[in-house]
Amino acid sequence: MVLSAALFIIGVAGVMMRRNIIIIFMSIELILNAVNINLVAYSNQVQNAVGQVFAIFVIAVAAAEAAVGLGIILAFYRNKETVNIDEMNLMRW
Amino acid sequence: MAESIAFYTISAFILGFGLLVVTTKDTVHSVLFLVLDFLFVAALYVLLGAQFLAAIQVLVYAGGIVVLYLFVVMLVNLKRPPEEYRDPRRRSVLGIALSVAVLLELTAIGLYSRSYPAPALAAGAAAMPVTGNTEQVGWLLYTSYLIPFEIASMLLLVAMIGAIVLAKREL
Repeated sequence: MVLSAALFIIGVAGVMMRRNIIIIFMSIELILNAVNINLVAYSNQVQNAVGQVFAIFVIAVAAAEAAVGLGIILAFYRNKETVNIDEMNLMRW
Repeated sequence: MAESIAFYTISAFILGFGLLVVTTKDTVHSVLFLVLDFLFVAALYVLLGAQFLAAIQVLVYAGGIVVLYLFVVMLVNLKRPPEEYRDPRRRSVLGIALSVAVLLELTAIGLYSRSYPAPALAAGAAAMPVTGNTEQVGWLLYTSYLIPFEIASMLLLVAMIGAIVLAKREL
């Protein structure tokens, strides 16, 4: 539990503090991993495999998110030549 | 005893590599630390009796997602480091304060929920006719959770097509 919470916090801090969007995506992966650790730990504690099934779904969603997110990063980089989130202001009013 | 020693060792490695992922300047180093972090998480799954999930973790995360990240890092060939440009309106302190607030919240929830005993959750386990981790997970996946499983497959298909469309130069 504590391990999962700490890993989650590292991920949140990474999202908040870094400017490189690739590192922000990796922080999101860390957050999802923390969630998975929690699910598997409780699955072990109550001796029920349902938690592991949900962890598999989380992994599937994480894979989809990574693929689409990295596609967006590539498309954006081709237009603006940057991965700095502070310069991503195309949609600013 | 040996189990708890292994748990704390693996936990320390996971947290240390997680911190390195977030704090390293070089993006490639960050990705490599991410691989190590995922491998130690897989070791933790083995320790928690989820061997099938550990195999999935190594295959999907360490094998698939991280390779994807490495390709993007190589393709996004940075002429100038993104951390150089600093927005004066951006406040890192606020980010740290927010993450500390989330940590306190999670701790409070954990302490609060500890005062209640865990509810008896034996109904699902009794119905399972098979033993062994992989059989158990597979049995659940193809009976109770068949529709979410199919939805996940559709989601992966849509994500694949979407990624191809986004990354293609022109259609």
